[in-house]
Amino acid sequence: MTWDLMSSLALVVVVVVLVSAILVLTLDNLIGAVAVSSVVSLGVSVLFVLLHAPDVAMTEAAVGTGLSGVVLALGLRRLGLWRLEGDRGERRDLAPENLPSPVQPTNRRLQPKGDAGA
Amino acid sequence: MRNVASLVFTAGIAFLFLVIAAELGVGDTERAIGGQILAAAPDEIGATNIVTAVLLGYRGIDTLGELSILFAAATAAGLVLGRRPGPACQDPAGGFILRTGADLLFPLLVVVGLYIIVHGHLTPGGGFQGGVILAAAFFVPVLARPTKSLNHTAIAVIEGLAGAAFISIGIWALVDTGDFLRQLLGKGVMGEVLSAGTLPLLSTAVGLKVGAELAGLMQAIADSEAAD
Repeated sequence: MTWDLMSSLALVVVVVVLVSAILVLTLDNLIGAVAVSSVVSLGVSVLFVLLHAPDVAMTEAAVGTGLSGVVLALGLRRLGLWRLEGDRGERRDLAPENLPSPVQPTNRRLQPKGDAGA
Repeated sequence: MRNVASLVFTAGIAFLFLVIAAELGVGDTERAIGGQILAAAPDEIGATNIVTAVLLGYRGIDTLGELSILFAAATAAGLVLGRRPGPACQDPAGGFILRTGADLLFPLLVVVGLYIIVHGHLTPGGGFQGGVILAAAFFVPVLARPTKSLNHTAIAVIEGLAGAAFISIGIWALVDTGDFLRQLLGKGVMGEVLSAGTLPLLSTAVGLKVGAELAGLMQAIADSEAAD
């Protein structure tokens, strides 16, 4: 009974970790990607607890979830990529006159090639 | 001239690695050592947390190596990031909820971090984990109030003293017993806070060093010029 509970919990955590890991790559919002990468570490630390490795789990939770998220977020700010949803209008490459067609400026792949990721 | 210096340096490193590789007995690894440590650690070290017993009791010099790697990484990051230009753009201050939350979190995080460091030989955790939590505790208020910053001098002093304390304990053991970082002061009663000899002292030194190091690193990144 306990084994079933544990393995189903582990399965849920593995699915969450996998979905988050894919989201890190596909999300357009970079701040969201940083947050989701912290979720990956959080799930992995839960897996370490299930594997009876509390020391590793604490390190993963403190370093992977907390510290690396902060460092990545500070790095985003330093590179000038720290933009929330509401700030989109300030970006020249997302201004309506620079868009090829009247599409909603929500997807980076819809922008002109040269400006992607600017 | 610089090319010649780099060449000499690279050749020296290569020579060093070749000598080490030649001296290594490849294939003669004692693979049963893990089981032996597990069996002997509670009696020899007197720590209930076997992981800390291995990290600080049996493999103290490896922990010292990890500390030096972290120090080198933090120093390199500080060199690359450089000093803050005077009129650099600053982040806007956090809102009321963020500031209140940071003030509430600070004492809790400090207590948790110190608890994990001091009880490293009894419960899961130890210097590294507690140190990271301490660094987070001191950095969260800075995130909420970007105009304030951590005192770089204080961070450097704490970091240097903690690192010197770790090595001094090792040298003390070297003078006393002939082995670097050998456990001293007796084992005490297993399960008490003041037990396992010098392990709590080493754990505290590691925790303070890691905490100061990472807090300084995050402060250096936060201090660097914001792009807009």
